Amino acid sequence: AYHALVDLPAPSNISVWWNFGSLLGLCLATQILTGLFLAMHYTSDISTAFSSVAHICRDVNYGWLIRNMHANGASFFFICLYMHIARGLYYGSYLYKETWNIGVVLFLLVMMTAFVGYVLPWGQMSFWGATVITNLLSAVPYVGDVLVQWIWGGFSVDNATLTRFFAFHFLFPFVIAGATILHMLFLHETGSNNPTGLNSDANKITFHPYFSYKDLLGFVVMLLALTSLVLFTPGLWGDPENFTPANPLVTPPHIQPEWYFLFAYAILRSIPNKLGGVLALLFSILILMIVPILHTSKQRGLTFRPITQLLLWTLVADMLILTWIGGMPVEHPFIIIGQIASALYFALLLVFMPMTGWLENKAL
Amino acid sequence: MLSIAARSGALSPYMQAQVKALLPAVVNTGDVLKKSARPASLNGPLGARLTHTDIKIPDFSDYRRAEVMDPKKSSQDSGEARKAFSYLVTGSTAVVGVYTAKTVVTQFISSMSASADVLALSQIEIKLSDIPEGKNMTFKWRGKPLFVRHRTEKEITAEQSVDLSELRDPQHDKDRVSNPTWVIVIGVCTHLGCVPIANAGDYGGYYCPCHGSHYDASGRIRKGPAPLNLEVPYYEFPDENTVVVG
Repeated sequence: AYHALVDLPAPSNISVWWNFGSLLGLCLATQILTGLFLAMHYTSDISTAFSSVAHICRDVNYGWLIRNMHANGASFFFICLYMHIARGLYYGSYLYKETWNIGVVLFLLVMMTAFVGYVLPWGQMSFWGATVITNLLSAVPYVGDVLVQWIWGGFSVDNATLTRFFAFHFLFPFVIAGATILHMLFLHETGSNNPTGLNSDANKITFHPYFSYKDLLGFVVMLLALTSLVLFTPGLWGDPENFTPANPLVTPPHIQPEWYFLFAYAILRSIPNKLGGVLALLFSILILMIVPILHTSKQRGLTFRPITQLLLWTLVADMLILTWIGGMPVEHPFIIIGQIASALYFALLLVFMPMTGWLENKAL
Repeated sequence: MLSIAARSGALSPYMQAQVKALLPAVVNTGDVLKKSARPASLNGPLGARLTHTDIKIPDFSDYRRAEVMDPKKSSQDSGEARKAFSYLVTGSTAVVGVYTAKTVVTQFISSMSASADVLALSQIEIKLSDIPEGKNMTFKWRGKPLFVRHRTEKEITAEQSVDLSELRDPQHDKDRVSNPTWVIVIGVCTHLGCVPIANAGDYGGYYCPCHGSHYDASGRIRKGPAPLNLEVPYYEFPDENTVVVG
């Protein structure tokens, strides 16, 4: 541990974009801590789940604070995740293939944890979001329907579903913690990348005190942001529908997931075919595993590659558009915009960015 | 030049050794590093010089403290003041940090304490006129049975005249009641926690069927394995007809 945290040689020039790894660790610790205390008061039976959350907020000492930290902490988890992945894409960190692929697994695990976690308050959006997304599994050929009913533990999202989702939500963070250790194990085989993308062995500094203090500053900034959000506008990123207890007989007019899933939701809805949409949804995340194979440039990162930089920022803008579209109803003009944005997402990663990498090589 | 650095990789220790060896020979003018007498070598006598003697040291004036800007003044004069400021900032941060940590820990720990709904049920108000003389009524209070007994004059006299030396847990009746007419005790046997039966046993009080403990009409243990008298909770009579327990 000393070798990993104190003496660890780190590049001297890693910027704030390198803070998000440790911030993700902090997010995980925060979620586990707040989640543990919530679990002391939450009940996962459909007759008492919703009121147990109300009980936590109203009756349990500081329950309102712990609940809101947990709910908004999940949002910060995804903010840090997206920044961390963006850093990986921009600076070519994905060339550390084992670290990168475990990272994709971590991303999937966190998404699954957040998904089952959102069901637990058993509000309208909890129920219907669970119904919509679990129904996607019926798109699997031949075994689809059997699979869905197996996940549900019945013929619809009901008590059996909620109780097992609580069990999963409790379990997965510890799997994430284990995978995080593996992630760092592989990272420490190579050491961190740096903004130049060049070998930094000639200029390494010790983790402590430089990056221990830099990470601590990052923690303070993130906790300040999280605490401000929790204390001033705790419901800002939530859906008002979730203040209504789940009703299997009444579907809300606008079902949508939390903001961090909206881009994927937009991609899912952009394809008019059920199985096609599910495959596009899956591939929109799994494409990350192909990115290292599509690396064509002689340079590792985008620091000295202006054309590909432009494309990456286009990708960022495209994801913001997809996020916006995911929250809109399925009507004109949102349908066509969503389809173009979805196509652009895949085209940028699979075609344009590899192409500009090849072009920039010619300019060297 | 960049390509040489990029390819230096495995040779970097050797490069560093060269640079380090040169350091004593270098004079820092604050502007440009002067060249040293000994040339550096990458691959022997024909190697390229790797010490970048054309590097300008940046101007850090924006970050330096005012007291040390003048190169002609000794920095030792302002040393104490500068250290004091640094220690003050560090100390204050530490104090705030400790307070924050204490607050967060306290909040988490107190979330495990009794919640508002539990505290709301922590008191019970009983209308005494509902309990006839000579009878015991049982209420649920804080999850446990609460015995409220309306004693007769005969019972009161009998319990007040009991010799304390006979008692395993000596307590006079007047120390267990504020109004002798009403005995209020928690209906949990002090042996192993069973609920005694009212108006039963050899002493006109309560009898625990689990292991045969007998309590009198004051709730005191008289016979059997229980070590202590039945517990008397805190209660008040806001008026003649009402008692509030808890």
